[in-house]
Amino acid sequence: MIRFSEVFKRYPDGGDALKNIGFRLAPGEMAFLTGHSGAGKSTLLKLITAIERPTRGQVWIGGENISRIKPRKVPYLRRRVGVIFQDHKLLYDRTVFDNIALPLVVAGLKHAEIRRRVRAALDKVGLLRKERAYPITLSGGEQQRVGIARAVAGKPPLLLADEPTGNLDPALSLEIMNLFAEFNRVGVAVLIASHDLELIRQLGYRQLVLDHGELVAGGEAP
Amino acid sequence: MRGLLLRHLQVFFYSLGQLWRTRWGTLMSVAVIAVSLTLPTGLYLVLQLTDQLSGDWRGGTEISLFLQPQVDDAAARKLADRLTSQPGIASVDYVSAAAALEEFREKSGFGIALELLDENPLPSLLRVRPAGEQIEPGKMKAWLAEFEALPAVEAAEYDYAWVQRLQGLVRIGRQMVLMVSLLLGAGVVLVVGNTIRLAIFNRRDEIEISKLIGATDAFIRRPFLYSGLQQGALGGLLALLLVYAALASLAPAADRLAGYYQSGFTLQIVGWVELLLLPVLGGLLGYSGAWLAVGRHLRDIEPG
Repeated sequence: MIRFSEVFKRYPDGGDALKNIGFRLAPGEMAFLTGHSGAGKSTLLKLITAIERPTRGQVWIGGENISRIKPRKVPYLRRRVGVIFQDHKLLYDRTVFDNIALPLVVAGLKHAEIRRRVRAALDKVGLLRKERAYPITLSGGEQQRVGIARAVAGKPPLLLADEPTGNLDPALSLEIMNLFAEFNRVGVAVLIASHDLELIRQLGYRQLVLDHGELVAGGEAP
Repeated sequence: MRGLLLRHLQVFFYSLGQLWRTRWGTLMSVAVIAVSLTLPTGLYLVLQLTDQLSGDWRGGTEISLFLQPQVDDAAARKLADRLTSQPGIASVDYVSAAAALEEFREKSGFGIALELLDENPLPSLLRVRPAGEQIEPGKMKAWLAEFEALPAVEAAEYDYAWVQRLQGLVRIGRQMVLMVSLLLGAGVVLVVGNTIRLAIFNRRDEIEISKLIGATDAFIRRPFLYSGLQQGALGGLLALLLVYAALASLAPAADRLAGYYQSGFTLQIVGWVELLLLPVLGGLLGYSGAWLAVGRHLRDIEPG
């Protein structure tokens, strides 16, 4: 699903964000990406969604080499990757329903199909009764679940999450992680960047450990 | 194909809805656009009418031959016949002194004053109408000299010079209207561009998130382009109403004016095609403005 080969990322201001990264994530596999803050977790995720391009090396997503992907192809890559953000990135002037529908509208789905899929996604994250609510009226955990519903509504084969439990208490964090595990069980590949080491140990999935831009553990293919 | 059309319709109404949600701001920019379009349109119409008026008179260019007092009816008619047979002359009308007095009494309103006069102060008159639309000034001068040399003619005059001056003014006016139109048209583009720029900044988050979840540039551009198009078209529509209102309020005065000059001219309300031109033009200008803003600012908003 994901393959990095000798990937380097250097930002214009000189810092080496990633050094010689190589790993694979199989289709349907779930793994955690850990490391201290500034270790390069966010940069690695940005390479997968083509927000950033690697300075050197190759990145494949679902068999497609995206290291030098053309800008006009980027939207279609992003439709195949559902992303969950720490700050949710929801639209606060739209209802929960409209937020989740956004990727489906963007992809040009028919109205009835959008309605069906939004309901299905809401059902999976347990927020079916909140579809008419505005995100601001929801708790942090609920907002994060809206973000997850939006990411899975388009049925992407790969989910990325950047510190999805960063602002949540331990009980809610476990709940969110279990939700990811549920999606993984139905065949979705999941990569979660997190520094919640206690929780990660508890869940027992594979760990990719970054340290100052280098992959120090979990790099080999399973 | 049908899906694409449907999506465009959705965006069309969505962006109309956005305009309604921000109706005061929308109203302001639509009003600015309307004023910018009304000004040159109004000037243009005034010029058009002036040209039409002078055209009426140009067709009526004629030389007036004022006859000596001692020339009688029979001699005057004979002279008229002779002149009619000359090449280059379409017709010659004879207006006797009595008829001229009668005409003057009717149209001038000086009837009572005329009663006080012992004898008719007006000379008899031959109205010579040259053939053809445009008479070159040299030819006109030669004719005038020729007619004045006739023993029966006391004076020959023509009233074309001021029509030519008027047409010269209309030509200059045309160029000014063109320049004003270009400037104000550019103004419309900039006004819409600025409105769209603000809208883009207001919806920065939405644009960024849309890009993150796989929206194409075309998808993100579309509502802004429609918004520009709609603002421009609404401005054009309002301009149309303003122009119509102005024309309607001017019409009675213009009719009276035309009456004074015995001209067949009327203030013509513009036709259906011209009616659509203003909104279409406004729409195009608005679209261009939106295009400029979108091309300039959407690229700056990238998720990072």
